[in-house]
Amino acid sequence: MTSAEKYVLAAYLVVFVAVLAYVLIFAGKLARLERELGQLAELARAKRPAAPKPAVEREEAPVG
Amino acid sequence: MTGGIALALYVVPNDADQGFSQKIFYIHVPIALTAYACFGWAAWKAFRLLSRGEERYDLESYTAVHIGVIFGVLTLVTGSIWAKISWGHWWVWGSRQLVLFLVLFLFYSAYFMLRYSVEPWRQRANMSAVYALFGVVLVPVSFLAIRLAQDFVHPVVFNRHGPQMSAGMFATFCVCVAGALALAASLYANELAGKRLDARLRELREALA
Repeated sequence: MTSAEKYVLAAYLVVFVAVLAYVLIFAGKLARLERELGQLAELARAKRPAAPKPAVEREEAPVG
Repeated sequence: MTGGIALALYVVPNDADQGFSQKIFYIHVPIALTAYACFGWAAWKAFRLLSRGEERYDLESYTAVHIGVIFGVLTLVTGSIWAKISWGHWWVWGSRQLVLFLVLFLFYSAYFMLRYSVEPWRQRANMSAVYALFGVVLVPVSFLAIRLAQDFVHPVVFNRHGPQMSAGMFATFCVCVAGALALAASLYANELAGKRLDARLRELREALA
């Protein structure tokens, strides 16, 4: 491999590695967002007020 | 992008003057043009923010600067490698093209310092937009510097007579430019979606706190 070929290969590799690094960083960011979303969902579930008890059904009675 | 690189490395003949090392041209120049396009896009979004006042343009402008700076770093690194092969030096301060691109890059790098030194409210959006709009003035200056200043160090491929290369080389170059723009567009879309999601989660966290 000539010196020029090594430099050309290095230039293309730099770009490839940069894109790969970006994709990995972005994947890490997505994982963090997913984790935070899960924590917020848990928090929202914990804060939800308890469901009201169903009203007791009463029989109809004539008035008057 | 991959197709363009394959064409550049395996199909296009070697340059008569520079030989195999000229193949860096097919990655260096498209990346540099894409960086310019990103800065132009950031300025357009900044202009929209200032004229319409919609908050979403702030995030779009910021994301475009972010991607533009990444492409700017790659332009400087690939250009430096090409300079080492062609001129025997990693950097030549005498070339106005190189120095102006470095100034442009440093200007947009300082954008982040400005942005994070101001509270994240309307004032930050306006200041960032004005800064991005000022920066875009450097793009044509950087692009035309080599032609206006008759710089003999950095090669000029596109002049008033058109591209100084064969049809095959020019077609490969166009494929590489399209690939670099498509790569930047996909990175921009992903980054923007990530930043929007992050902002929404922050709002949700504050609402639930």
